Amino acid sequence: MNYIAIIGRYFLMIRDVFKRFTKASVLRRLIVQEIHDLTVRSLGIVIFISFFIGAVITIQTALNLSNPLIPKSLIAFAGRQSIILEFSPTFISIIMAGKVGSYITSSIGTMRVTEQIDALEIMGINSLNYLVFPKIIGMMFYPFVIAISMFVGIIGAYSAAVFGGFVDANLFLSGLQEDFITFHLVYAFIKTFIFAFILATVPSFHGYYMKGGSLEVGQASTTSFVWTSVIIIVSNYIITQLLLS
Amino acid sequence: MIKVENLYKSFGDLDVLKGISTSFERGQTNLIIGQSGSGKTVFLKCMLGLFTPEKGDICYGDMKYKALNASQKRGLRKQIGMVFQGGALFDSMTVEENVMFPLRMFAQASRSEMLDRVNEVLQRVNLVNANHKFPSEISGGMQKRVSIARAVVNRPKFLFCDEPNSGLDPKTATVIDNLIQEITHEFNITTVINTHDMNSVFEIGEKIVYLEHGKLAWEGNKDIIYKTDNEAVTKFVYSSDLFRKVRVAQQKGY
Repeated sequence: MNYIAIIGRYFLMIRDVFKRFTKASVLRRLIVQEIHDLTVRSLGIVIFISFFIGAVITIQTALNLSNPLIPKSLIAFAGRQSIILEFSPTFISIIMAGKVGSYITSSIGTMRVTEQIDALEIMGINSLNYLVFPKIIGMMFYPFVIAISMFVGIIGAYSAAVFGGFVDANLFLSGLQEDFITFHLVYAFIKTFIFAFILATVPSFHGYYMKGGSLEVGQASTTSFVWTSVIIIVSNYIITQLLLS
Repeated sequence: MIKVENLYKSFGDLDVLKGISTSFERGQTNLIIGQSGSGKTVFLKCMLGLFTPEKGDICYGDMKYKALNASQKRGLRKQIGMVFQGGALFDSMTVEENVMFPLRMFAQASRSEMLDRVNEVLQRVNLVNANHKFPSEISGGMQKRVSIARAVVNRPKFLFCDEPNSGLDPKTATVIDNLIQEITHEFNITTVINTHDMNSVFEIGEKIVYLEHGKLAWEGNKDIIYKTDNEAVTKFVYSSDLFRKVRVAQQKGY
């Protein structure tokens, strides 16, 4: 019963985010700031992880392809499919639940603890619109991060495959283009948009409705990470079932 | 003027406010005092519109809060300034941006006009050369001044202060008290201060409301509070050793 109440409160929060908009000039500045904080500042870690995971996927695929009847180009094909379909959209989103999600929960939670949210409300400002709406818009730029992750992941895969001596460059590039289905990219970006919305709103919910002091801000950040990850994984299953099966 | 009529507020089974009726006059500093858990903060939050009372009503001038629609309530909130216990300054903004915030949100003025107004109020609260500092870079007393400046920058009709002296040394606390009183008189606003600082009571208590267990137990002012025979008030006021000794000295005619 408690979970139903929490889910209900989450949807009521989403409704309130889109009510009584903050002054456009103020909102513009906040959105630019959030794009910087949530997406641009995540690029470094995303590029680092994507490159090495792309490389590891390739090495493991190559090492497991011992049957001489299986063409070596399959290494690139398998790497591409893993990176585009799952690693970049889903795995990176779970990492972002830790990085961006904790940041959102702790920043909003600290505002709650230090009465800054009360100050906004008393001034007659819709604090949910002021705090959460710019984060949702900021995270709509998240698919660009995932596109970069896909690109860097494939570069990592190429580097490991070619420089590691598993397959030559031409064979890798031909394998990379083999049986390419454009809809797989569409599917990846549809779920990236949905994950972006989850990444902006679930941590905001945990920060906004937290109670207590600084210790509880830490607890809220942890809870937020767990729930954001769970929701991303369950949504991933549902979206995959709906779009690919 | 703020008039409170028979206010009741509870949380679950816990009755916090039990039928409070009083009024707070314009142009004077009105103090709400009482022990921790007496309902002061809940009372203040009801007046701020953060809590909805179960029964009773609050009149701001000629406006009855319960009769207002959502848009009128938002309009009323723009006439309210609030000084929070911890300051509630926005960490990511400088002093200047914090004070300018209500203007940026609601005023139809150019940036230079807003900046002039910000500098005017910062000077009024005796805070100069701190415009570009962040809240974490200034002292607690300065944060309170910024908070007061932000609360009055939009020329509110009502000013609420939640324990404005907490965490300050006695000298700074007196400065903040006097500043709030001066601003109240100067701008002719209705100021309501929630405190348990007895120095504030004797310094600026032009009207004092004493709450006990969610009920109004006594009301008066700083000139009569030390003469009262209300046992609860006497116990509260003279719980401090210093004030007890002063009282004894007064009774002995020193």
